[in-house]
Amino acid sequence: MRNPVLEIHDLAKTFRLHVQGGIEIPVFDGIDLALHPGECLALVGASGAGKSTLMRSIYANYHANGGRILVQHRGTVVDMVGAEPRTILDIRRRTMGYVSQFLRVVPRVATEEIVAEPLRMTGVEAAAATDRARALLARLAIPERLWSLAPATFSGGEQQRVNIARGFIAGYPILLLDEPTASLDAANRRIVIELILEAKARGTAVIGIFHDREVRDAIADRLFDLKPGELAA
Amino acid sequence: MTERPILRVRGLTRLYGRTVACRNVSFDLWPGEVLGVVGESGAGKTTLLKCLSAQVEPTDGTIEYDTRADGLVDVFALSEPARRMLLRTDWGIVHQNPRDGLHMGVSAGGNVGERLMAVGARHYGNIRSEVLDWLDRVEIDTGRIDDRPDTFSGGMQQRVQIARNLISRPRLLFLDEPTGGLDVSVQARLLDLLRQLVASTGVAAIVVTHDLGVVRLLAHRLMVMRGGEVVEHGLTDQVLDDPQHAYSQLLVSSILQV
Repeated sequence: MRNPVLEIHDLAKTFRLHVQGGIEIPVFDGIDLALHPGECLALVGASGAGKSTLMRSIYANYHANGGRILVQHRGTVVDMVGAEPRTILDIRRRTMGYVSQFLRVVPRVATEEIVAEPLRMTGVEAAAATDRARALLARLAIPERLWSLAPATFSGGEQQRVNIARGFIAGYPILLLDEPTASLDAANRRIVIELILEAKARGTAVIGIFHDREVRDAIADRLFDLKPGELAA
Repeated sequence: MTERPILRVRGLTRLYGRTVACRNVSFDLWPGEVLGVVGESGAGKTTLLKCLSAQVEPTDGTIEYDTRADGLVDVFALSEPARRMLLRTDWGIVHQNPRDGLHMGVSAGGNVGERLMAVGARHYGNIRSEVLDWLDRVEIDTGRIDDRPDTFSGGMQQRVQIARNLISRPRLLFLDEPTGGLDVSVQARLLDLLRQLVASTGVAAIVVTHDLGVVRLLAHRLMVMRGGEVVEHGLTDQVLDDPQHAYSQLLVSSILQV
């Protein structure tokens, strides 16, 4: 088997709320996992178990309190815990993508440019990136008349598909998916499943939260169970 | 990554009498990187920016800039003319108040073209066509090139300032509350424009603001200041979404969610 693209050792996360009297909320401690190319790991556990917190910690959107997040990046292994901001941004540009539940809408930027941006950031020429963005938007059934508009007024399902297109366009070796199909109808859900399966076939390693059983069964190779309170006790 | 930082700051301190404006600030700024500095009024943000841009001499500490000719050089060890040359060519400063950054009695075109002449442009036709191009890039009707900025709205004046600073292709841009005093709809437009221009020109920038939305959109990295000191420093989205210091938590939690 090839080397893992992502290896997590002893990862810990506790929120300390200074504004609320300094109370501490331990979320998890001692998380270990390894992910190989083409593999899909589904995080499971009740609401509040820390699934999204784990994903955000892996993406360095949250500050990990301890442990290591080792990523294969530009031919070496980089520990994202404690890495320089510009190293983390380079990992996000080239190696690790994250599709959040909701699209963060940038004012006034056309949908096709929002989708093309991650590909442009990897050095692909603007026109080629926009072409690729349009192809993905078409595949995700976003009507062509919307491509040149900013997505602020789009429906929840349309915004989620724009977000998915943005997450898939650059072909990251590691992809974090937080409920990518939550507000999609059955037809669009099937399209997203296809996209994930194709990415896996190309060697992308996926960690995801999929509440939808059909989606999870179709794409996950393994489950990772997070139990709330157990580690905190 | 073997490149050099464009700005290297160590132990920067500025006192006014016994009052600390900023104390012991250290960081490296890398080419193409945007650093945000946030904190409430009186936190020392503007003094820090004035020291960094060589407008105010620090009481202690060093600021080194990666000059094209000689590599990293202590900015305050340079001669006054050399320092002024940097300000007119390699650096750009966008002031909070456009009145501090523009000649209000000179046409918009003259304001934008002046810095081009500072870097050696002499051909009137070329200068004018480049000025027209930049007015267009900052979304100002090119028909107003000969009008004075004091006949423009605040948002337009701010865009003229941005064009004036970017036309000479600076390597380092200082922005002091670039959206302060503008209507919210005008702010969004200016921010989006700045975001695109900074990304497309690859200029490194330091932006001082009390508006967390501005840094969320523009800055790669964030410093939170309080009482003249940096209390937290890290990746912008990490500091905003998971602040560690008590003051950063207070700052972030004080923002109304809309």
